Amino acid sequence: MATSNKPIVWGPFAAGGTLTAFLTPVLILLTLLAGLGHAPDLLAYDALRAFAAHGIVKLGLVVVIFLSLWSAAHRLRITCYDLGLRADTLVATLVYAVAIAGTVAAAAYLLRLNPV
Amino acid sequence: MAEQVTRKPYVREVPRMLWFLRHPRYMRYMAREFSCLFIGAYTLMLVVGLKRLAEGPDAWAGFLAALGSPGAIVFHLFALAFSAYHSITWFRLTPKAMPVQIGDTFVADRVISGAHYAGWALVSLVVLWLAGAF
Repeated sequence: MATSNKPIVWGPFAAGGTLTAFLTPVLILLTLLAGLGHAPDLLAYDALRAFAAHGIVKLGLVVVIFLSLWSAAHRLRITCYDLGLRADTLVATLVYAVAIAGTVAAAAYLLRLNPV
Repeated sequence: MAEQVTRKPYVREVPRMLWFLRHPRYMRYMAREFSCLFIGAYTLMLVVGLKRLAEGPDAWAGFLAALGSPGAIVFHLFALAFSAYHSITWFRLTPKAMPVQIGDTFVADRVISGAHYAGWALVSLVVLWLAGAF
């Protein structure tokens, strides 16, 4: 029987594509507002610290970061192929490794945020 | 070999890297695919933000200050445009990926896409409201 890992890499890509389509523009808008000097209330240190210390919020943030990074990594892999870079195994290993490393790092930082 | 094959098939030359500059349709495809660079980079920036948040108030204040640098503003503007383009193309494709059949007929593409655009607008407004941006 032919085996393929395609569903495993494609599933999170589709989920991440949908999630980023709904969420990423507004997240960018939030930090853009902060950069322009109109930081939303939630981005004040005490508010964000308390918000991110909730277990459910931590889990949600890790899921959002994983799916966003994974779908971007998958699309970057395909784009590298489209641009003539045909070392697919190497590219796939690199981009997925960055996605996983970013997710692990985010989880580690979140674990340092104990409820106040 | 008894006879030399003289047939000369036409091989169309395709530039290896910049093929997508040949047609607006290819360029729109590539613009969509390049959105992954901005979404990926922005998400990694969020991970850095979590690091700064975990390090304490001073580090977080430094992160917020860095968001105000001209480079960060320009990056945000590009990231906003590309991520919005990703959203638009993703929802435009949704009816192709997830056709909905009711009885003998399929729900029209624009109804499915439209529902997703409306959901996107609602999600964005709710997030802005919850974050206290208004």
